Parts: sequence; C-alpha cells; structure tokens
Amino acid sequence: MNLETIKAEIEANVPGCSLQLVTNASPCAQHSLLLDAEHAVAVATYLRDAAGLRFDFCSNVTGIDWPQREISEKVKVKKLVDGVETEVDEVQKRVAFGYLEAVYHLYSMELKHGPVTLRMRTRDRETQVHLPSLMHVWRSADLQEREIFDLYGIIFDGHHDLRRLLMWEGFVDHPMRRDYVEPDDFEYEPTAHGDVLTRAQQHAAETGGQ
Amino acid sequence: MMDEQLKAELSKQGIFTTSLQELYNWGRRNSLWPLNFGLACCAIEMIAATMARYDLARFGAEVFRPSPRQADLMIVAGTVTKKMAPQVIRLYNQMPEPKYVISMGACAISGGPFKQGYNVLKGIDRFIPVDVYIPGCPPRPEALIDGFMAIQKMIEEQQLTGSTRPRHLTAGRPSEFVVPEFGAHDLEPASNSTIWQAPLVQISTVGKDESGDD
Repeated sequence: MNLETIKAEIEANVPGCSLQLVTNASPCAQHSLLLDAEHAVAVATYLRDAAGLRFDFCSNVTGIDWPQREISEKVKVKKLVDGVETEVDEVQKRVAFGYLEAVYHLYSMELKHGPVTLRMRTRDRETQVHLPSLMHVWRSADLQEREIFDLYGIIFDGHHDLRRLLMWEGFVDHPMRRDYVEPDDFEYEPTAHGDVLTRAQQHAAETGGQ
Repeated sequence: MMDEQLKAELSKQGIFTTSLQELYNWGRRNSLWPLNFGLACCAIEMIAATMARYDLARFGAEVFRPSPRQADLMIVAGTVTKKMAPQVIRLYNQMPEPKYVISMGACAISGGPFKQGYNVLKGIDRFIPVDVYIPGCPPRPEALIDGFMAIQKMIEEQQLTGSTRPRHLTAGRPSEFVVPEFGAHDLEPASNSTIWQAPLVQISTVGKDESGDD
C-alpha cells in the first residue's frame, strides 16, 4: 500500500482535512500519516469504511512523549569576510517545542493489507493535551487510549470511560513521560549500576546512610 | 520434658508417648492450608506444584482456601504492584493466627526484573513479615516444595513457651500490619518501618564497574 496514494484519496474524500506524511529515513521506511485533530475521526472512519482501504483492525495504539529540545543545524550563510563575500558554515539553534503523540497501527483483515500508521499530536505537553478519541471507530482502541491517558496524560475527547488503567485514582504523575521522577525509594539497591546507582548514591548522601 | 532415650525405649515396647507441644506442632505442620491466591507467572508454578506431577498434597497442603479466614499460609507468588499491595496486606491481616508467609520468586522478594518499574513494590517484606524466601524467576515446583518443607520444619521446632514462642502466643505482638494508602506519587507509607529496615549495603562510590580494568 502506498501511503502517498492513500493520502491523496483521503484528501479527495474528506473535505477540509490536512494530512502530513511523516517519513522515516531508516531502512524500514515505515512512513506514517499525521492527522489533524479536527478531522481525525472523519479520516479514521473513511479509512475503515472506504471500499479499497477497509482498515477494519486497529492492532495497536501507543503514545510517545517528545519533550522540548534544542536542534542545532549547520546552515551555509553568505558573509563578508575581509571585504569578500564567502560562504561560511554557521550553526543555528532553534527550539522544537514539546508535544505528545498518539500512534495507531491499522490493518485490513478483509483485504489483507497493512500496516498503516496514523499519528496525532497535541499542541503542547502541559495544558493543551486533548486529542479526539478513535475508540468509536475501532473498539480495540478503548483500553489502549485509557493506558495512554494514564501513562502519558493525553486526554481523549469522546472516550466513553477515560479512567486510569495501571495506576490508581489519585495518582498525579504520568510515568512514561521523559521527565517523570519516580519516588525516592532507592534505600536498598544491592546490585545498583547506571542511573540506579546514581539515584542510590544520592539517596545515601541525602539520608546520611551507608 | 521427657528424656529422648526413655521415649525411644518406650516406643520399642509399643508405648507411644508425646507432649502437647509435639502434638500441636505436628498437627499444624501437616495441615498448612495455603491461600488460593496468585499474582503473576509464579502462580503458574504454584499451581503446577499442587497438581499430580509434584503433588503438594503429600505435605498436607492440598486444600488451597479461597478465603483468608481459613488459610494458614500466604504464598506471595508473583509481582506485587503498588496498586495490588494494599489488597495483599489486607488479605494477610484477615488471616487468623498462626499464619506464615512464603515470598515466592524474585518479584515478591525484591521487585525482581521489574524493580525499577513505576508501579512495582520492591519486595512484599516491606509491609508484611516473610518467613521463607524462594529465589527464582519463577522458582520450579521443587523449589516451592523445598520452601514449604522449610516452613514445616520451622513450625515443628517452634516452642510454645519461652522467648522463642511464635508471635501469636505473645500478647501484644501485632497480627495485623498497616495497610498503605494510595498517595499522589507513591504508597503512603512506602514501607512499614516497624518490620522492614533497609539492610546495610556498601554502594560503590566510585561508580565504576569492578569487573573491568580501569
């Protein structure tokens, strides 16, 4: 299945939607479609119902946390050096703002093709973390969207039962986010190494223990 | 106490003698009823240990009780998540004395391979007293039987009087332990300090792998 043709077909049939092809440069070349939140349900319904597509099976839904990060790029800039205009390499830095992402993997049981990967992105990681729920299109997304809500903090609008799944009610953090700090229970780490060793040493230094 | 030699002599003559303590401990040790309760893959090995091939019934433990009120032994078989921990401790509290705990497998002992997970308790002994630890991931049924026999041996040797008598025969010793609450970030309290203190370990301050060359 060519994602380009699918993208063109969706754009022709779902008015107003803006899709973006997210390419994957690695050898697996698993490209994906980035949906806009407003038309996501319409696009998903089209993917499921259109005669040539029939993506009736959503095998997996997962989340990704993209924290704010600084990207430095080398850009060739024309500059006057000693009165002569020359091309000079200059490192430009820009800040890529963080966001959360939900990823859906689709297959067609009927036409035996797939996978097609869909992505949706929130505006930021703090307050504007709403995305439309696709659980009414693919029922299998129900629990997995709940899990993403629990572990990443994406709020799925239209989900019928958006409660925490693995953690308890009253837990405030989202453990799969990159900046999650686990509670300081590193008092007994007999075989510590790496990050755990660092945390155990910090704990020992703070409590004055061994 | 009766002289062991005299006892042996009498039994040769067909006279059986015993003490209340021996009889009591013999009865308790041969009818240990475990709580029917498994948490993860270790429970599968526990089930295997009860079935025909390994047959835990040979040791008087065939009746896994579905109610904590009828159980003597809690086999904590599997990963204890922080979400499950209060329920495990509440079940333990509901068991009548005398009661024993086997911590089966790496997860129940320390959190095991999931120790650094966000929702895994780093060992059930942080909240309830554990009598026997069985290492393994998961331990084989033979290992469970060995641990079970260790409990039986422990019961057999328990004195009913004196300072080494079991917990339930000492008035004032707790038979119930604090059930943690779900907090905003962790269980509250994160461990029961009256029964669990972090063992002293020497953490290398160099932060280097000791096996390799510098």
